[in-house]
Formats: sequence, structure tokens, C-alpha cells
Amino acid sequence: MTMLPKVPPGAKKLGLVIDLDTCVGCHACAVSCKEWNSGGEAGLLPDYDKQGPEPDGVWYNRVHSYEAPEQGCSRTINLPRSCLHCEDALCVTVCPTGASYKRAEDGIVLIDPEICIGCKLCSWACPYGAREFDEEAGVMRKCTLCVDRIYDPNLPEAEREPACVAACPTRARHFGDLADPESGVSKLVAARGGKTLLEELGYRPTNKYLPARTATIKAEPREAAAEARDGVGAALLKLLDRALSR
Amino acid sequence: MKTVARTTCYMCACRCGIKVHLEDGRLRYIEGDRDHPVNRGVLCAKGSAGIMTAISPARLTTPLARVGPRGSGGFRAICWDEAMEIVTRRLAAIRAADPNRLAFFTGRDQSQALTSHFARMFGTMNYAAHGGFCSVNMAAAGLYTAGGAFWEFGEPDWDHARLFLLFGVAEDHDSNPIKLGLGKLKERGAKIISINPVRTGYSAIADEFVAIRPGTDGLLVFALIHCLLQAGEVDTEFLVRYTNAHHLVIDAPSEADHGLIARDGNGRELSFDRNSNSLQEAAATGIDPALAGEFTLPDGRRARPAFELLARRYTRKEYAPEAVAARCGIDAADIRRIAAEIAEVAFNQPVVIQQPWTDTSGRRHATMTGRPVAMHAMRGISAHSNGFHTCRALHVLQMLLGAIDTPGSWRYKSPYPKPIPCGGPPGRSTSPGSPLDGPPLGCPLGPEDLLVDEQGEALRLDRAFSWEAPLAIHGLMHMAIARAFEAGPSGIDTLFLFMANMAWNSAMNPGETTRMLSECDEHGKYRIPFVIVADAFASETVAYADLVLPDTTYLERYDCISLLDRPIGSAHGPADAIRVPVLQPARDVRPFQDVLIELAGRLGLEDFGDAGGQPLYSSYADYIVRHERAPGIGPLAGFRGVDARATAKGSPNADQLERYVENGGYWKHELPPEQLYYKHANRAYLAGAKAMGFIADDSQIVLQLYCETLQRFRLAAEGHGERRPPQRLRARIGEFFDPLPIWYVPLEEALSDRERFPLHAITQRPMAMYHSWGSQNAWLRQILPQNRIYLHRDLAARLAVEDEDWVWVHSRNGKLKCQVRTMTGMNRDTVWTWNAIGKRAGAWALRHGAPEFRRAFLLNHIISEYLPQEGDEARHSNSDPVTGQASWFDVTVAIERCSEDVFAEVAPRLGANPVRLRQDSGVDR
Repeated sequence: MTMLPKVPPGAKKLGLVIDLDTCVGCHACAVSCKEWNSGGEAGLLPDYDKQGPEPDGVWYNRVHSYEAPEQGCSRTINLPRSCLHCEDALCVTVCPTGASYKRAEDGIVLIDPEICIGCKLCSWACPYGAREFDEEAGVMRKCTLCVDRIYDPNLPEAEREPACVAACPTRARHFGDLADPESGVSKLVAARGGKTLLEELGYRPTNKYLPARTATIKAEPREAAAEARDGVGAALLKLLDRALSR
Repeated sequence: MKTVARTTCYMCACRCGIKVHLEDGRLRYIEGDRDHPVNRGVLCAKGSAGIMTAISPARLTTPLARVGPRGSGGFRAICWDEAMEIVTRRLAAIRAADPNRLAFFTGRDQSQALTSHFARMFGTMNYAAHGGFCSVNMAAAGLYTAGGAFWEFGEPDWDHARLFLLFGVAEDHDSNPIKLGLGKLKERGAKIISINPVRTGYSAIADEFVAIRPGTDGLLVFALIHCLLQAGEVDTEFLVRYTNAHHLVIDAPSEADHGLIARDGNGRELSFDRNSNSLQEAAATGIDPALAGEFTLPDGRRARPAFELLARRYTRKEYAPEAVAARCGIDAADIRRIAAEIAEVAFNQPVVIQQPWTDTSGRRHATMTGRPVAMHAMRGISAHSNGFHTCRALHVLQMLLGAIDTPGSWRYKSPYPKPIPCGGPPGRSTSPGSPLDGPPLGCPLGPEDLLVDEQGEALRLDRAFSWEAPLAIHGLMHMAIARAFEAGPSGIDTLFLFMANMAWNSAMNPGETTRMLSECDEHGKYRIPFVIVADAFASETVAYADLVLPDTTYLERYDCISLLDRPIGSAHGPADAIRVPVLQPARDVRPFQDVLIELAGRLGLEDFGDAGGQPLYSSYADYIVRHERAPGIGPLAGFRGVDARATAKGSPNADQLERYVENGGYWKHELPPEQLYYKHANRAYLAGAKAMGFIADDSQIVLQLYCETLQRFRLAAEGHGERRPPQRLRARIGEFFDPLPIWYVPLEEALSDRERFPLHAITQRPMAMYHSWGSQNAWLRQILPQNRIYLHRDLAARLAVEDEDWVWVHSRNGKLKCQVRTMTGMNRDTVWTWNAIGKRAGAWALRHGAPEFRRAFLLNHIISEYLPQEGDEARHSNSDPVTGQASWFDVTVAIERCSEDVFAEVAPRLGANPVRLRQDSGVDR
């Protein structure tokens, strides 16, 4: 068993706010994450069978697309899925070695690969499927919220954000402090009715999802269907009568 | 040691700026460049996976000469000296006898300013890139109508549009700019309507999805136009100021100028001025031009304003929503509602920007006022044989709304607009050993510009610019191999392919195409005598080469994204960019552009070498800096002149590439606010564009609601003029060269047995892939290693088919076995799949059993490059009759459930023919 930390007053709660109204499901976040966390040839995130029959590997972030019923047709929802950095993270409390832990200062859930024994209890505990096992190193892996980017003093301030947020082509991903009601992400959640995934399970995920919405234009058809006419009608003739100035 | 280089991505056609991070010379990370005008920091899945492409095991490593039969995959490694000697000797002999015996086709080539110039200087007409396969309908319709085009030469006004109509676009060009734009629209609560047979890609976030039947978009647009006309909701002031709607069209049936615009003695177009009750020059200011009525010309003949012809046509009942609804698969009430929403936004919610500007007539306007209805269209319009007219219909709709380059609408990307159409006619051969008299691809203005012989038959191999495809401004790549095969050894000698996977996913019917590439004539000689393939990767086409010239990856060479070719400018101003070598290849490969420049030098081509065979340029980088296409105009527009201060026009600057590197690898020119809209008639903009060398003349670019060029071809078909189509093509030219947009059933569909093949079949591009490059990438193939055939749930239920079942997809051209997925968000009479996931066994260094060839498939196998035979006539190509665009969305199919015991693997499967190095000699040259 591993204890969750006591959260000091004023501590940050860093996380992602993902806008499902804007996500087109392009996988840019998933691949930029893979790239940042792999370092290319250095290969920190394993790939199995790269050229073979069962290409697979460890990803911190995967995008699922599904159709949601909608009147008359359907809507496609793309759901990027990564660690939600829960406040009551069961993946931490089930860890027998303390490898899985939650940071007091910013709420990021991390894994210490040095003491992970690869028992996979945490991946069984996580209801979001956010953890993936590294078959090569024999340890569990998961989203770090790019902890090696967001605090890197060598990066310009604007670039201190997770790789997935930087890459997102529709800018559907937002990063910030959800403990601060004045932060951009908190305001977005408030304004857009941000949702908690599987709230009923009670793990209190930090990441939030903004629901899809539908823009409409109010306009009455100019001509009733029954009035379909052949040939130039009165409305157009009236328009053409108007003086013009070239 | 850590370093960062800024260069340009090439994982698709967006040309985003990237920052490439290296650690001790090894690739660590690629990210979007936040300062770059194209992507402003974002990067897609393809771009982020660039690392895996840069280290792909499919990279070619050395020049190769074929050993054993063509297509067997047997090669021996040769050195570059030998490779260059083989190709130089072969091409020199061709050029001395008949340069057209070289056919040079390039793929998704971003150096067409160079490759086309090579072809021109070599003297072969037989050059094209992949545009004829991809989007020539959009380019041609746009350039002949608006002097710009969707995608490359135009973009929606993402900052002001309130209604966005997306036609036939899933994940497509401009991939990242569109995604950035959609994000902006969403932020502002603009409404997005996606009109597409399938809800994939961008359509996922559309506020409304219209599941249209493939190939009927033109009818839908006509119905929208019908509604707007009937309601009198048309921007007539925009029409008379900026289009040829008021130009008088001669009404003299059977005469040689029937249907042409009436002109005065000085060749100026005429209109009828209601102020003076007289004919006046249509371009005059202060007149009140009539848009309807019949008027008498000075010679006593009658003429009508172009708009009246348009209004008469589209107000006909056959274009009412109720008349087209069933055919389009859309409720008439929805069409009427969408028309009403368009009118509401256009006319009741105009965007007014407080920015004075002056038009080409010298009138000062206090504001820029626009119609915030923006449109974008691509693949789903383009890939049908009625796509040219459908795209023109879209541009006509935009004109009726006043929604071309006005705030909130669709805008030109600088250096566009250009005169309509831009550029000159396509170049012709002069004599052996000499250049063409113009670029190999151009824009014909009438029959006199066609490349045909005395009998009216095609001069080009692919029959572009012939009566079979008069406005084939990008050529017909899909016909190159088939026509070379047809002609046999007396036709083409050498087929030179660069970066074009023409034996696989860039072929209709790869089984037939590979047979054509490897078949011999009765003398035992290959019907296509010699094939050279230049590519970075072991694609399916490589096995069919006699000589392979291995290219570098995009991170290992210089490139330029040139204004002479396919610019990356935006509505905010022109821009161009370079690629720089970030990595040094540890393989015996060379950048293809360097090879081409050396080859051109060895051949002594004008502009590349002197008469003694001494090359003028040492490399592509040298060429980029020093080549001048016209005085002061070179491949790159930025940092010209000795002091690097000249913009667009100026003498070559030896330090130009260094300046680009200092500037992040790109150059851009921000247009001042008064030049941002109405560019086609904005005096300051046009004067600036002229000064920068983009256009020769800064007069108004009049939008062509009525396309007189089309009528010129039609008149020839009616027997007028010196140059007429052969008898067999007259009816076809007469039918399809209508100066106002028309709709017709796509040609293949019209010729197919709809009872046997009741369904449409189309492909979509997966968001994380770019053709065969994406599906070989070690990361991207984890996302999508197998495509399925997608069926509407209703259809699946009728066929008793469920997810993962295997079915046969039959077309007139064959059958395909593949696995099923079902969904709801799609047209009920359509099936679809992802493109270019299926691969041939052995290609791309994928190992035995890879799902890409075991379970993934290409729909191409059941599409033919020819239309069905009609009577005794030679078969027509499966193309748009106006532009020659490959019509691969026209195929119709039937689905049959496989029996339970069927072997669960895709069919057909061509045998494996991986590239294998052999030690034995005996190269067949």
C-alpha cells in the first residue's frame, strides 16, 4: 500500500482540459507524446514488432473514436485517453512498493521505475486504462504530464507545457492548474461545463473533458417547399430591377 | 551536444515549420515551430512521427541496377558514377532523336519548379506530377473561374466566418491550417456544415453532417443556388463589380461566336447600361449594368447578360430541392434550411471591417464589408468525373453571395489571385535537342492551345491537352503507364519516375499496371523499354525499375518551397521556405534534386549546363540561390539583392540560404491591412503583387461566372474554327464544355450496371497517414495497421453482415475480399475504406505476415483506369472529360458476404517481390 500525500494548502493541481467539441481525432497528441517520451532512437517507450505482423508499443495517450447516437444520424466523438492524475488515485494506493506515487506539490501521478516490480496491480486498479506495461523493462508506464518539460528552465516559458498540448492542431488540449479558480483551464471548465470521466467511481480525476456542443443559425426558409417554381420568380425580378452602380 | 535546426516538414503536403532537436547528432525530437506562418507551433501525428520515417528500414541505401526479370526485385548495387553514366547516356540519345520519348512523372513532388523546368529544357512534353490523380479539378475550376483555388491558392477566413461549408473533405490539405482554423471557428461558435458521404476526420466536429451520395454535390449546390435565386438573395452589386455576370453573351445559334462575350472594336467586353440605355464597356465605372434582358448589338444580333442565362438555368424546377433530394440522399427541407441559413448569414450578418481601401476603378471605400459564409472543398468533389463543373458551381455560389475574398468568406492565398487563367499555354516540342517553347503544363485558352496533331489526336503520352482532356493542367499521371504500354517500344523509351508509387497506390488497378510494366512484346523486349525510379524508400514501384536512384529523406537535403511552384503563402501575404540538411545520410544516397541538376548539366540542357557539358550549378542549394527564371525572379523570394533587402524581385544573393536559416527557414511578407481583402480588385494589392513579380498586369481580375473558354471548345465541336475535335469526340466536347456549370451522372456510374453494382465505393484519408509513407511508419502503423470496408448499419443488416465478417466487394473490374466494420454516420448507398494502408508483400521492409498486406487492402484493385467499352470505340480513360482528373470516386460496387469457411485474408494479393541484392552481373540495360 502506498499513501496519497497530504496536500498542502495552495498546492497546484496540474492537469489537462480536453475539448471534445474541437477534437478531430487526428492522433497528433498521441504521437507527439510518444515522440517526446521516446526520444526517437533512444527508445525509452518501447515498440514491439516494429516491422512485423503485430505492431504494438507503449503509448501514454491513445485516441478512441466512437459514434454517439444523434437524432437522424450520429456524431463522432474522439476521446483522447491518458492518465487523469486522480486526487484519490487507486493506482497509487494499491502499489505495494511505493513506485506509484502522487506528488504533493502539483498532484502529478508518477511511477518510479527503479522500485516498480511490474506486478501490474496499478493497471488493474485504474478504471481509465491509462497505464501500459513496458514488456522490455518490466515496469509500468504512464503519462507524466511531461514533468520533464513543464518545469524545464531551459525551455522558454511558453513551451513549458506537455508535448500533446503543444502539438494539438485544433488547440483542443489545455494545460494548467485546476486548483486555481482563476486559471485559464478552471475558467474553461466553469464556462463549458467540464465533465469528470466516470465521476461515480469517486477517484476525482484532475483532467476534465469539455462536452461537444452544437452551433445553430436561426433562419426560416425563404420560400416554402410548396411554392417551388420554374423560372425566374418575382423576388429575383424585383432584385434585378434595383439600380446598381458598377 | 544538443542542437536545434529549423526546417520544413515533408510528412505530408502542408509544409509546416519544424524544430528538429538533435542530441550528439542523433534525432531526439521534432516539434512544430511556433513562429512558422503555416502551423504556428502545432504539428500533426505524421509530423511527430518523422523520426521513424527518418530511420525507416525501408530506406534505399545504394543505386541499383536490375538483375533478372523486371518486377522480380533482383538488383545489384552499383556506384553513382555508373548510375549517372547509364542515365546520361540513355537520356542523351533520347534527346538527340525525339525528346518526347522520355516520360518524366513525379509524385507528391514539392520541387515541381525544378522538375518541370528540367522537362522543359530537356524538350519533352511528357511531364506531370501527381496533381491529375489528386486535385486538378479543384485547381482547374478555380483558376479558370476565380484566379485562385481551394486549398493551395485559397483559404477560408477563419477569423470572421460565421458559417463554414466543408465539401468532400475528411482529412486533407491543408491539414494543420484547416485544423487550426476549425479550432478558431469552434471558439467563436461559428456553424460548421460538413457535406460528405462519410463522417470521418474533420466532419467529426461539424455541427451538421450531410451524408450526401457521392458525385451529387453539384446538384446540391444547384439546389442551393435555386433557393437563393428564387428568394432574390443574391449580391448583385458584387456581381456587377467583380464578376462577368453583366457581360453580354452573344445569342446567335450556329454562328462562330455564339455564346462568346460581345466585345467592342477594341476587344472590350460589353454590357447594357440602364442609365444611358446604351451598350457600354462592361468595365466602365458609374454604369448601371443590366443583369437581365435582351439587347441588340451594333451588328444587329441579340445578346443577354451572362447572369440571365445563369438565372434561367438554375431557377428551373429540375434544380429545386424537391427535385434533387432523392438523388443526393438529402431531405429537401434540409436543403431549403441550409439555403436559408446561408442567406441569413450572408445578408443579415455581414462582417464590416473598419478599413478603407481603393478598388481598381479608383473608388475609395470606407470599410471592407463581407459575407461570412466560407467554403472549402477538395477530394470528394475532385475525384469525380463531374468534379470540374461541381467545383465551378461552388465558385459560382460564392460569387452569388459576394463571398470571394471578402471578410468572413473564402480568401486568396498570396501570390494569388492571378489573371484567369494564369500562365500561358502548355509548351510544345520544337525540334530534337531543343527545349519546349513553354512549360510542359499550362492553361489552354482555346482549341489553338491544345497539343494535338493534324488529325486532332493527342501529342502527349497521357493525352493531356488533347480533345480527350483539354484542360488537363496537371497531366494524367494515372494514364502514363497504360498509354506507354499501349504504344509499345515505338512510343516511350524511358519512363522516369520520381517519388511516385505508380505501381501501387498511385495506380488505378495495380494488378494491371504491374503487368504492363513487366510485359514484353513479340520480340521479347519490354513494351516499356526502360524504367528509372528515384525514391527514398523501397516502395512497390521500385521492383519494376531497371535503374534505381536512391533519394534522401526530407531531413537530409536542401529544398525550396517556391512561389514558382506550390507556395505556402496565406491570405495575409506571400511566403516561401526551405529545407536544410539536418542529418548526414550514412547510406550511399543523394538528394534527387542534386542528381537532376547534375544530370541536366551533363546533358548540357539550357539553364543547367553549357554546350561543353559543364554543369552551371554544383548542387540544388546552388541552383536555389543563383537560378533566375526571369530577371530578378528566382526559386526563393526572400532576402534577394546584394543587400538581402529586396522582396520577391532582386538579383541573386549569395547569402540567401544563410538568411533563410537565420530567419527560421522561411520568408514571409505581411500585407498591410488595406490589401487583405478584395485582392482581385484591390488597387494597392494588385500594384504590390505586380511589383513583386507575381502578376504582369495590375488591372482588375474579373471573376468568371460565365466561362467563355469552355464555350470556345464547344464551338469547335460544333464545327467552327480551324481546329476541331475528331468526329468521335465532338458530342462529348459539346456536352461537357458548357460555359455555365452542369451536373451529370459520373461517367463510370452512368456506364455501369446499377442493378448489379448498386453501391458507391470511396476512400478517405486517415488523419495520421499520408499515403504509403504513413502506413510504413513504425509508430503510425500501430495506430492503423489494417483498413476495413465500412458499411452503413442498415446495409449490413440487410446483408446479414457484422463487424469483422469478411465480404467480397465486386466491381466491373474485379473483386476484393476484405473485412467489415459497420457505422451509422455515412450515406446509406455507399461503402468506404481508408486509402493506402494496404501494401504489397515484401515492400517497404515490412516483415512476413504484416497486417498491411495480409488483412489490409487497396480499393484501387477494383478501379480501372479505363471506362467500360462502348461499341467499337477506343476506351476512354476513367477521367473528368474536361481536366483529365482521375475519377477514382466514381466506382460502383456490390457487397457479397463470404461463406464461413473462407480463408481470412485479403484478396487479391500480388506475390512478394522485395528488393534483393544479388552478386551476379548481367544487368539488362
